[in-house]
Formats: sequence, structure tokens, C-alpha cells
Amino acid sequence: MNARETRSQTTPHTRTFRKTQRAAYAFLSPSMSAILIFFVGPVVAALGLSFTDFDIYALGNPEYLRFVGLENYLRLVENPRFWKALGNTLYFVVVGGPLSLAVSLGAALLINSRLLRLRGLFRSVFFLPVVTTLVAVAVVWRYLYHPSDGLLNIALGWIGIAPIDWLGDPDWAMPAIILMAVWKNFGYNMIILVAGLQSIPETLYEAARIDGAGRWQQFVHVTLPMLAPTFLFVAIITMIGYFQLFAEPYVMTQGGPSDATLSIVLFMYEEGFRWWNIGYAAAISFILFLIILVVTILQLRFSNRSRT
Amino acid sequence: MNQPLFRTLIYSLLAVGVVLTLTPLVWMVFASFMPTGQASVFPPRFLSGAVTMEQYGALFSRIELGRYFLNSLIVSVSVTLISLLLNSMAGYAFAKLSFPGREGLFRVLLTGLVIPAQVSMLPLFLLLKHMGLVNTYWGVIIPGMASIFGIFLIRQYALTIPNSLLDAARIDGAGEFRIYWSIVLPLCRPILVTLAIFTFMGTWNDFMWPLIILTDGSMYTLPVALANLLGEHVQDTELMMAGAVVTVMPVMLLFLFLQKYYIEGITVGGVKE
Repeated sequence: MNARETRSQTTPHTRTFRKTQRAAYAFLSPSMSAILIFFVGPVVAALGLSFTDFDIYALGNPEYLRFVGLENYLRLVENPRFWKALGNTLYFVVVGGPLSLAVSLGAALLINSRLLRLRGLFRSVFFLPVVTTLVAVAVVWRYLYHPSDGLLNIALGWIGIAPIDWLGDPDWAMPAIILMAVWKNFGYNMIILVAGLQSIPETLYEAARIDGAGRWQQFVHVTLPMLAPTFLFVAIITMIGYFQLFAEPYVMTQGGPSDATLSIVLFMYEEGFRWWNIGYAAAISFILFLIILVVTILQLRFSNRSRT
Repeated sequence: MNQPLFRTLIYSLLAVGVVLTLTPLVWMVFASFMPTGQASVFPPRFLSGAVTMEQYGALFSRIELGRYFLNSLIVSVSVTLISLLLNSMAGYAFAKLSFPGREGLFRVLLTGLVIPAQVSMLPLFLLLKHMGLVNTYWGVIIPGMASIFGIFLIRQYALTIPNSLLDAARIDGAGEFRIYWSIVLPLCRPILVTLAIFTFMGTWNDFMWPLIILTDGSMYTLPVALANLLGEHVQDTELMMAGAVVTVMPVMLLFLFLQKYYIEGITVGGVKE
């Protein structure tokens, strides 16, 4: 139906169509305006700010604001703390992400086992850390990691391992944060992976059994390929989440010792909201965004290629 | 491997997992009921001789944790109610009301999911400062008023509502808002409950944004207050554990009672493409 026709003949049908169209705009406008003003606008503004020297003086009087082009980005590249923060964040993503995925997959496979009873109970228990408040459990883990009184070192002592200064030793601080993050998060991916496992048709396993496939062969030739799309989804959301590491180091180590757990977001928070170097911090946040975007695209590309 | 042996293996692995998962939480609860200094005696005890409420007493009298609890509650309930209304309206429109550019707008919206929230925080802070909303409840509530994920979740669910039902109501002369309010919302009840739990927990547990926008102690939400408390009371293990229990308990109970809805929501958002 072209425009002229709609105008010339207002049949009841076109009238309802226009009415629903008006209704659609009315229903959408509150949320779309909120998202536009309080999310999209600020994201665009962040890009703009990253090309300015917006700092504590400009905060008081916007006249002090200057356009500085790429200076913030150039200063970042020269700042060793930025590279430290980037390296730490990558460490967290590259070691913590796969570890968390592996634990999630293991738990999902166990929970999905046909031999298991009380499946719901196990599922709930493993999911419990996910719903807890990150700050609260980070506080708890800070005490568990205490070098002399902490439960973890005491337990390790029973099997003959000497006490580790988990949060005080630069080499152990990031592994400690990873361990805590895996404990907190694995249940989430586990739930999604269980749902993925349950959506694999039973007939595929039957066919594999008829062909004489054992448990391991069924796992490799049926479960893994059928689970791949779900696994990719889970891998991407995990990675995006892990790049945004903030509360754990803020509460447990304040980024220390000697910047060993300084993450990109913590670095951005300190520069932006502690020292009010807002332009500089905006540049940091944009670099984080770009990294997340590129890695997401690479993961999608990679998986498309491996599927064909 | 034979069946009974395999079964034993599965149960043993799960048992180890359960112990590792629950130990931190169980220790938190037990330590919170111990008198000051008892949580760090050697060898560690899960139950000290004396069970005491003194830590909780101190939290609510000396530290005014009740105030923070109330702040968290006000903010979380407000965000939940407002976002439920706004997201459900948009989700319904995207699913059932046709207008030019609908699919395109929806796709653009979904790409917004890859933008980390932290990117918006600096300009958002400046904007809210300009509006005089720093250190107010509204400052915390506003960024949570509408969520792309919430709109997506409701749209997916609303797609399953039969068109004939809506058309019949239109023929009977029901207005569009009436249709949304008395037909669509009741039909979407399960997903609304799911989204409400998600949003409430997400807001209750949120840390970074409240930390930024709430500058005055009396406005702090529980996570911000707890992180702040750690600075002064790092030696008071038992007191901190009681604070952690108060912070975690509401969301944990909510999950235990409504987990069916919660877990369904994750799998709807996760497995569908």
C-alpha cells in the first residue's frame, strides 16, 4: 500500500493501523527517551569528552574546557600504569574467563547426568553465590584470605601447604581475585549450559549408542558440537563481564599490592572520580569499550569460521 | 566404567563442589554470631561456645545499618517498579504494535548491549550533577529506569500472545492502553515476575554507580556502606560478617523463594538466539 492510497481511502483497517502506530510511539517514548538521554547521550558525550582536558577546574567552570585532540590517548599510551591495568585486566580475562567456563561446564555436565537425583538441590546450591552481593562476599573472602587466621590457609595447612599471603603478595593477589570471581560466577553459566544440554535431542544419543559410541564418544561427537552455540554465547558474556572487573579489587586490595590488581575500570574510576581527570578517564573508558567490541567480533568471526 | 562406580564418582565430585561453594557463606553466618575476636581463634571453629547477637546490635545501634538498609530498599523497589512499567510498555510495542522502522530500531537497541555501562558513567555524572541529582535517590534510580535487556526479555515473551486476542479487544472498542493494561500485562505475568526479581537483585547488589553518585554517608546503599565500613572496622571480623549477612540475606531469601522464575529468566535470555 503506497502513501497516496493510505491518504485517499481511510478504511477501518488503515485507521486501526494508524491508531496502533500512534500507540506504539506512546508506549515506546518513555523508555526510549530514558535510554537516549541517560545512556546513548552519555556514551556519545564520553567520546567527545575524551578529546578534551575536562578536569576539576572545568568541573567548576566549563570555560576552562579545552579541545586537546588525541592528547589523552597519547598520554595513556605513555603511562605505565595504564599498561599495568590493561595487563592485569587481560590476565583476569584470559585466565579467569576460561577457568570459570571450565568449572561451569563441569558442573553443568554433572548436574545434567541421568544418574543424578536431587538435581534441583545441587543446582540451587551452586547458584547461590551468583545472587549474593559482590561487595559483601568480597568482604567475606578478604577474611578467608587472611594470611594467618584465614580459613583457606588453615585448610591448605592440613594438606601440608605453607601459608600464602594471598592478597599481600603481588604474585598471588590476582590469582586470589580470580578464585573468588570463579566461585561467585560459575553458577550463572552453569544454568545456561544445563539448559543447552537439555535441549540436545535424546534421539541423537540413541543414534550414537546404536552406532556403538561409548560415553566419551557420545560426549565428544554429540554433546560438544550441539552445545557449541550456547557455549559461545556464554563465553562472550563472561568475557564482557570479566573485562569490567572493579568491585573485587576495590574491596579486597584497592588495586594493590603495587598495582598488581589495578584493573582498567578501577583505573578509570580513580582518574575520573577521585582525581576528576574526566577527559582522561573518558579516554580510558572508550579504550575499554573498543577492546570489548573487537574481542566480541573476533570471537564471533572465529566461531563462524570453525562452523563452516 | 560401570554404572554404580560412575554414579559414586558424580556424587563425590558434586559433594566436593557443594562444600567449596557453601563454606564461605556458612562461615560468614557463623562468624556473625560470635563475640568479637572469636572468629580468628586457632584452630578455627564454626560454632563458638557463645552465640551472640551483639554484632547485629552494634550494626543497628552504633552504625545505623537500618538507614542503609532502608536506602537500598527504597532505591531497589523504585527501580523495579519504574523499569517494569517502562520496559513492559516498550517490549509490548516491539512485539505487537507495528510501525515503520520497528525491526531496525530493535536491532539498533540490541547492539547497545555490547556497550559497557562504565562508558556512560562520567558524562552521566556530569548530567545528573547539572540536574542537582547527585547524592539523591533519583540519582541512583534514573540510569535503571529502562533497560535494553528488560525490553528484550518482555518482547520475546509478548511475541507469543495471539494477535486474535488483541484484535478482538480492539473490535470491542478497547483503547490501546486498556489492552496493554488488562490483557497484555496479565498474560506477561511470569516474565514480569522474573524481570522484577532480576531488577531488584541487580539494583540491590549494584556497587559502582551508587558509589559514584552517593557522596554523603547518610544516603549510602548497603554495598557502599559495607565497603566504607571495611575501612574503619577491618579488625572487627565478626562485625563485618554480620554486615555482610544483612546485605546478602534479602536477595538470598528472594532467590530461594522465587528461584523458579529467576532461573527461567536466565535461560530465556541465554539459550534463545
